[in-house]
Amino acid sequence: MNNIDQRLLNDYQHGFPLSAAPYADIAHELGITEDEVLTRLQALKASGAISRIGAVVRPNTIGVSTLAAIQAPTEELERIAAIVSAFPEVNHNYEREHAINLWFVITARNALHRAQVLTNIAAQTGYAVHSFPLERDFHIDLGFELKWT
Amino acid sequence: MNRRADIKQLQAPLLDASDRQLIKATQAGLPRVARPYHAIGEQLGIGGEEVMQRLQRMLDCGIVRRIGAVPNHYALGYQANGMSVWNVPDEHIAELGRKIGALAFVSHAYHRPRHLPEWPYNLFAMVHGKDRAEVDAKVRQIAALLGESDHGHTVLFSTRILKKTGLRLS
Repeated sequence: MNNIDQRLLNDYQHGFPLSAAPYADIAHELGITEDEVLTRLQALKASGAISRIGAVVRPNTIGVSTLAAIQAPTEELERIAAIVSAFPEVNHNYEREHAINLWFVITARNALHRAQVLTNIAAQTGYAVHSFPLERDFHIDLGFELKWT
Repeated sequence: MNRRADIKQLQAPLLDASDRQLIKATQAGLPRVARPYHAIGEQLGIGGEEVMQRLQRMLDCGIVRRIGAVPNHYALGYQANGMSVWNVPDEHIAELGRKIGALAFVSHAYHRPRHLPEWPYNLFAMVHGKDRAEVDAKVRQIAALLGESDHGHTVLFSTRILKKTGLRLS
C-alpha cells in the first residue's frame, strides 16, 4: 500500500470535507487529481480496505440496540448461529472464545421490538439469551489509527 | 465531548424525517462523484447545501460522530480482535471508562450490565491488533491503568465472523 493510500485511509476517517466538492478538496491537500482520489478510493473499497466512506452515527440515535450472547454447546453452535444470523435485526454475529461463545448485536426500531427479537431468538434456538444493553458510551470516536511497518 | 457540545446535545431537537433519510442515505456510503452531497440531495429532494447544513448540525450535536473512511480492520491486517471485559467498581466506572475510552487502540468502550453470577464484568473495551500477542500487550496496558480498580478481567477473542452488515434502518 503506497503513501497516498495510507493518507487516504488515515487522514480522512475524521473530518472528511463537508464541502460541495470534497474529493477535489482532498486531491488538493494530497497534491493529486480528483480523478485519482476517486479511483484510489474505489480500489480501496474493492479490496475491502475500507467498508465505506460515510457518516458514523452515535449508538441508539436511530433505533435501539443491544449486545446479546448465548452459551451454545459446541455441537449446537452452527445451528444456533444460523438461526441468529437469519434475523434481519442482527447486524453483527461473532463466535468468541468463552463459555458464553456466541455474541451478536441487535438493532431494533424501539425497546418493545428489541424485547420481541430477544424473546424470538430464545424461542427459536431453545437457549437463554443474555442481553447487555449499553448503559454508557465512553469512546470518543476519532477513527482508528492505522500503523504500517 | 466538550461542554459546549454537551449543552448543544441537550438542546438538540429530535431528528426530522429528512435527517433520518439523510442518515440512511449516508450510512450506505457517500457516492464517489464530484458533488456527493448534491447527489444525495437529489435523491432526497433537497438541495446539496441543505444536506451539508443538516450533516453539520448532526455533527455539532453528536448524533453523527464523524464523516469519513470506515476502515475494515480485518482486510488491513488487524486480524486479532479481543473484546476485553472488566469488573470495576460501579462508583468509579465513569472516571475509569473515560480513561479507557481515550486510549487510541480501544475502538469501543462501553458500560454494560453485569449478569451475576456467570458474568461479573461491567466495562467492555474492544481492542484490535495484528495478532493475539499485540492484543494481550494492550490489555496489560489497560490493566496497569486500572490498577487496584481491576477486580477481574478476561479477553474474548473472536474466532469467526458469522455475520457483519451495516446498520439497517427500517
